[in-house]
Amino acid sequence: MNNTDDYVTADGRTIGAVVMEMKNITLRFGGVTAIKDITFDIREGEIRAIIGPNGAGKSSMLNVVSGFYVPQEGEVFFRGEKRPPVKPFEVARQGIARTFQNIALFEGMSVLDNVMTGRLTQMKAGIFSQAIWRGKAEQEEVENREICERVIDFLEIQSIRKTPVSRLPYGLKKRVELARALASEPKLLLLDEPMAGMNVEEKEDMSRFILDVNDEFGTTIALIEHDMGVVMDLSDRVVVMDYGKKIGDGTPDEVRNNQAVIDAYLGVSHD
Amino acid sequence: MAQSDMDATNMVSLPALLRRNAANFGSSAAFREKEFGIWQTWSWSKALNEAESLALGLIELGIQPGDFVAILGRNRPDLYISMVAIQMAGATPVPQYQDSVAEEMEYVLAHCGAKFVVAGDQEQVDKVLEIQSNLPDFEQMIYLDGRGLRKYDHSKLHSFASVMENGKNSGQNSKSTLKDRENALTYDSTCVMLYTSGTTGRPKGVVLSNANIIETAKTTCEFDDLKKTDEIVAYLPMAWIGDFIFSVGQAMWSGFCVNCPESADTLSTDLREIGPTYYFAPPRVFEMQLTDVMIRMEDSGRFKKWLFDYFMEHARHVGGNILDGKSVGFGSRIKYFLGDLAVYGPLKNTLGLSKVRVGYTAGEAIGPEIFEFYRSLGINLKQLYGQTEASVYITQQPDGEVRGDTVGVPTPGVEVRIGDNGEVYYKSPGTFVEYYKNPESTAETKDPEGWVATGDAGFFEEDTGHLRIIDRAKDVSKMSDGSMFAPKYVENKLKFYPNILESVVFGAGKERCVAFINIDLSAVGNWAERNNIAYSSYQELAGHPKVLETIQSHVEEVNASIAKDKMLAGCQVHRFLVLHKELDADDGELTRTRKVRRKIIAEKFEDLINALYDGSSSIYTETEVTYEDGRKGKISATLQIKDATTNSVADLAAQ
Repeated sequence: MNNTDDYVTADGRTIGAVVMEMKNITLRFGGVTAIKDITFDIREGEIRAIIGPNGAGKSSMLNVVSGFYVPQEGEVFFRGEKRPPVKPFEVARQGIARTFQNIALFEGMSVLDNVMTGRLTQMKAGIFSQAIWRGKAEQEEVENREICERVIDFLEIQSIRKTPVSRLPYGLKKRVELARALASEPKLLLLDEPMAGMNVEEKEDMSRFILDVNDEFGTTIALIEHDMGVVMDLSDRVVVMDYGKKIGDGTPDEVRNNQAVIDAYLGVSHD
Repeated sequence: MAQSDMDATNMVSLPALLRRNAANFGSSAAFREKEFGIWQTWSWSKALNEAESLALGLIELGIQPGDFVAILGRNRPDLYISMVAIQMAGATPVPQYQDSVAEEMEYVLAHCGAKFVVAGDQEQVDKVLEIQSNLPDFEQMIYLDGRGLRKYDHSKLHSFASVMENGKNSGQNSKSTLKDRENALTYDSTCVMLYTSGTTGRPKGVVLSNANIIETAKTTCEFDDLKKTDEIVAYLPMAWIGDFIFSVGQAMWSGFCVNCPESADTLSTDLREIGPTYYFAPPRVFEMQLTDVMIRMEDSGRFKKWLFDYFMEHARHVGGNILDGKSVGFGSRIKYFLGDLAVYGPLKNTLGLSKVRVGYTAGEAIGPEIFEFYRSLGINLKQLYGQTEASVYITQQPDGEVRGDTVGVPTPGVEVRIGDNGEVYYKSPGTFVEYYKNPESTAETKDPEGWVATGDAGFFEEDTGHLRIIDRAKDVSKMSDGSMFAPKYVENKLKFYPNILESVVFGAGKERCVAFINIDLSAVGNWAERNNIAYSSYQELAGHPKVLETIQSHVEEVNASIAKDKMLAGCQVHRFLVLHKELDADDGELTRTRKVRRKIIAEKFEDLINALYDGSSSIYTETEVTYEDGRKGKISATLQIKDATTNSVADLAAQ
């Protein structure tokens, strides 16, 4: 399998070349091994799900992808090049954005301001010119505002544009977080449980948005999710983790019929 | 405007009006829409350019004179422009209710044999694709918002922009075809076809000619002195005749600007930003706004509440009179002025109604308290009476002659007479041409002389010449003792309470009246919150004993007020129940314009009606519901049935 060629999945869909490759990643916290020797890749334009029972190491994996954790062993390749240990903001500049399992928005700020923070890495004007609000700073803000407004329109949150985030219900906060991540126009979007704690209707809306983002902007998406129905419907390929190890990798159907995965989820008898 | 009078004789179609406006004041705003947080403007010249390109694009796609083109979507300038473009290309636009489910749409699209569809977004496109196998005439679809459509099969799909682009680049052939078709339009050509909401049976396609629309627009613009400097906000369904007359007919005739909100959720913000001078809303919208204001006042501090109550009390006494220019004492005027600074002004501003010069409500009876509330604030709110078949206007209230219980005098050019059975008949330049493919219904409704039966019962007040509407003629009937039964009259009285959203009264041919009631979730929910009453669903709140108690007191107050009217005293509600679900257009219980479908409700909830009459104190029931995405489910509930005290006329007379 060539990394730069398109790849046809077992169920016949064509997805792009490898964007990010994780090779033999092992991550330890002191004596605890969170991730053991995991290898998988994320391909251009696909929706890649990471699933697994509680404590399987999914969020840790996502944090390795986002550069927040540096694995003790193994290598991360981004666009064919080995990635040295980097600061999270450098990762953001490379075109990777993420949302958090527990919402991490600025509660006191309006939705618009929160979304604008997603543009921060793109702003070049100095602190002084921003303060006097002349020339470049003003022009930059207008340009960035336009991008944010497109995202707001896309996610249909126009009516709460000026509302402080603290006043919003949970489901909408999740959507605002997605908006902030999208505002940075990412190539790779990491979603950590985008649908946790939502009701059926909110989940349907969110699924629709995730598909639309993928479809409309061609954004590659890696997501962690617990709702199996959602994962199986949304994703092109699924990685299954259990106790820090990879126990399955493939299309939703392949994974669904994988005995190791079934055992991990349903338990296995020890007689 | 001298210019418009000058060439008024040639103004026989919408495209002609658009050309006139583009020539006379091309740079003025024709449409605005808030998009990406900014109001984007279409000048009259830009609107004309777009309409021409689109019409050419449609011709390239193979549109023929006489074709029907369905319009699906929320109010957007591009959709309004496409209606004119469709006419330019010789076809007829058929705007649809954007929230109708696929099967409703199927009937209408199949009935008119729509060859083309202009859809707003993916949701609308999906609906048409779902039913396309049952639409033999369907050929091509054009969409505005391409989100989510990238991977769709584009053999029958075109983006709005690409059709316009094709139109712009089209050859001389298409251009001359367009010119010929536009020149062929006459005053008698069909302007638009609108489907009636169908309180009874299937919707009917009402064919309206250019003469209908333009003549109506002309007289009514003169009646209220509408000018090109006026502003309206277009937010009511495009499939409704009112929106067509206001946002297309009158807007094109007098050249005022039509503003489209960013989304349905942002309407109140957008209203505030635009500050329309000409405003229309059905009673429901005014009711909801008032409920909203009252809820917020309940939540406000003690001083603010006192200030509000104090000045609103004053406004109730003098506000309406000041608006009508009647004589009011100097002291009262000063006090009203202060009230305007402290309460009325800021409140109107919050509602987005500060600049309203002419406001109308119609469609249903509006509660006298609600009507007076808005008028007392100094908003020139008036009533009109009309229907699709009349291009809206039958009667309307002139400035200074506004009252809550009448619908005004006949609009200039309209003749009105009352039939022997009390039914209202009219004849006007706006009278529709025919029901499409339905000569029997046309003949039933419109007699050879052009008189149209409205189906409403009413009478003219002798001293003022104003028309009063009692009820739908076919709904007015007799109870078993021969006294008059007018359900709408009672329902309206019930609905005037903020806690009651909808009610349906039964009693034709029976000894006594009974009622179904729907609570208003926002009003009752707020009350529950303030009183620490926990509830998890609409159903649970509707069945709460305290809620039932409150509703009972409302019903009894209504009974007391009905008992005062000798003719209708028999309509007092003896027993009622609060329904476990909201009546919904998706379940066929209401029309898309939210009118009660009495017969369907009576059939669907037959068990409940029986229980109301057989004296039982509760009943278990199961009801099928349709979700927004078209799936069906079942809800079951045990409903409490309450008795309400009634008053005999004799008792009141004794008092």
